[in-house]
Amino acid sequence: MAAWQTGWTKWKWVLFFLAPSLLGLSVFIVLPILSSFTLAFQDWNLLSPPEFIGLQNFEELAADPAFWSALRTTLLFIILYIPSVFILALGLAVLLNQKLRGVLVVRTTTFLPVVASWVVVSLMWKWIFNPQYGLINPPLNALGIETPGWLFTPDSALVAIVITSVWKDLGYIAVMYLGGLQAINDTLYEAARIDGATPRQQFFRITVPLLTPTMFFVLIILLINSFQVFDQVWLMPMRDSAADRQVEVLVTEVVKNAFSYNRMGYASAMSWVLFVLIFAITFVQLRLQKRWVHYESE
Amino acid sequence: MFRKLLLVGLLVLALGIAPTLAQDTTIRYFTFSAAPDHLEDLDTIIAAFEEANPGITVEVETAPFADYFTLLQADVVGGDAPDVFELNYENFVTYAANGTLLDVSSYLSADAPFYPRALEAFQYEGAQLALPVTFSTVLLFYNQDLFDRAGVAYPTADWTWEDARAAATAIRALGEDVWGIFSPVQFWEFYKKAAQNGECEFFNEEGTESTINSPACAETLELMVSFLNEDLMPTAEELSGVSDGDLFNSGSVGMLVTGIWMFSAFAEAPFAWDVQVEPMINQHGNHFFANGVAVSSTTDNAEAAAAWAQFLASSETAATVRVNSAWELPALDQPAYFEGYLSQTPPANRAAVFAALENPVTPPVIERQNEFQDIVNAYIQQVVDGTLTVQDALDQAKAEIDALLQ
Repeated sequence: MAAWQTGWTKWKWVLFFLAPSLLGLSVFIVLPILSSFTLAFQDWNLLSPPEFIGLQNFEELAADPAFWSALRTTLLFIILYIPSVFILALGLAVLLNQKLRGVLVVRTTTFLPVVASWVVVSLMWKWIFNPQYGLINPPLNALGIETPGWLFTPDSALVAIVITSVWKDLGYIAVMYLGGLQAINDTLYEAARIDGATPRQQFFRITVPLLTPTMFFVLIILLINSFQVFDQVWLMPMRDSAADRQVEVLVTEVVKNAFSYNRMGYASAMSWVLFVLIFAITFVQLRLQKRWVHYESE
Repeated sequence: MFRKLLLVGLLVLALGIAPTLAQDTTIRYFTFSAAPDHLEDLDTIIAAFEEANPGITVEVETAPFADYFTLLQADVVGGDAPDVFELNYENFVTYAANGTLLDVSSYLSADAPFYPRALEAFQYEGAQLALPVTFSTVLLFYNQDLFDRAGVAYPTADWTWEDARAAATAIRALGEDVWGIFSPVQFWEFYKKAAQNGECEFFNEEGTESTINSPACAETLELMVSFLNEDLMPTAEELSGVSDGDLFNSGSVGMLVTGIWMFSAFAEAPFAWDVQVEPMINQHGNHFFANGVAVSSTTDNAEAAAAWAQFLASSETAATVRVNSAWELPALDQPAYFEGYLSQTPPANRAAVFAALENPVTPPVIERQNEFQDIVNAYIQQVVDGTLTVQDALDQAKAEIDALLQ
């Protein structure tokens, strides 16, 4: 081994090559995170100099109905969204794992919504959900089913947003599951078949337990992402409708306070509460994983 | 002696010349209203200014409205504010209250022909912190063909909203997809109709408390919602994303309350239409939207910057360039500048634009404006949805607005 590949000399080169991205990371990520922490204890409207106000932002947050309502909506989104995408993606992955003709085409197709931009997707679904000109309501109406105003009214708007989110993210999660499925050794199924296990038994006794590490990873990713749900909630409700004025999640509240109300300190405080929330939930998940996640080596 | 005199003479001369030489200054001007359609018109105005003020160069920076205030904020926070920048009326107060604007009264020539009301709008605590550049207003647009079909007389300047309701009812009866009227139910309409009511004020005189839940305000909001409740006006859901302008353009609504900036959008409408000043409740009241131009308090070239601001706001060149290129109307009391504008049709009754200026209503503005507007809109929405009564909604709005004032 050449001398330059070891010790400090090696690290110098590592740092040299990492420098461009480390620089970007510190200027655009680390620095803003640190300054948002100090801002959380300040009152700053951008135009006048910031003023230290201690815990006042957090006290106001605790009493702010808009914050609690945004938290409630975020949790409701999570409750509707995560189970749907968690289960549907597993089903899709099992289907995609079949050795059938043309399965590659289907795999690509299911991944298309993942790479599409949220702006495009929301425009498309806004049309689909349009109560008069869209695709969903007219056939339902023809069958005599009473239809909601979808993206016009708050409750149905949230359901519409969940449906769109599930549709968009399904492919992404399914691909993760697919990776997990393909890592399962075929000999296990062979042995089970010889022992007379039904497909149902094979699924619940082999596939599911061996997929738990993937499921665990998927669950963590889904929870973190859905606490940070933003684009679709910002883009989808119809302008000037009740949904537009009432459907708010945590991140839209943060953005509104920061850039529309010029309350940088308050928005920073809210962001840190969101961070602590996500951190706590992820921590609990990590702790609980021993109870249900089986790693193959164990 | 001679040499001494010569020296003094030269010195005096040099002092006299010095300001002229020092006037070789560059003014940075930041605007949202010029790009993308009126950059050449702005260049014409700048050329005229630079010719009249040798030594001063105006450098233009533009941004679309949606990004403008974020960028301006970043510049101001970063200590790199443009010397002169545009502000709309609602943002004016925030900037004025934070000491970012220069008092231009000492630079202002007395004979600048501003509408006094427009000039007042940009005063803050006794200081002239910006100058009005352009104004806009809102009128009652009406579809003459639908009025004829329903056999109703056209709106007059003396109409009340009850006259409008009668006409809307007759027009609504023409068919399932023909609506009587569209008058948005939101903050912007509310404060204007409050002025038409005359008794409804959003704040007490000292501005320390909201009075938005007074009986007069409740009555006003009740009137606004009644057009929806009586099915004379489509709900957001019934519109299904079709804009009110498109609704009017398609000939499906008898009357529309909207801004004069829609004139060109309706120019090709396949039916006859005209405008009238808005109906009243107890008195006339018309929107007065103004864009102003301000000088930064941190500018190094206050005099040159103020000169540019004033030229942009009140010179004949600036005014006529704006009128002739259909780029917003200057806020000047000079009828001669507007002849080209008044002679265009449709609408035939363009004079209504200036009639509306006789009763201008400016929005109630507080420092935390956006929050205030969102609160009012959220509660109005609950009234529209029927989840709150008008009085309950306004009571709750008052409590939240009072919290903003502290």
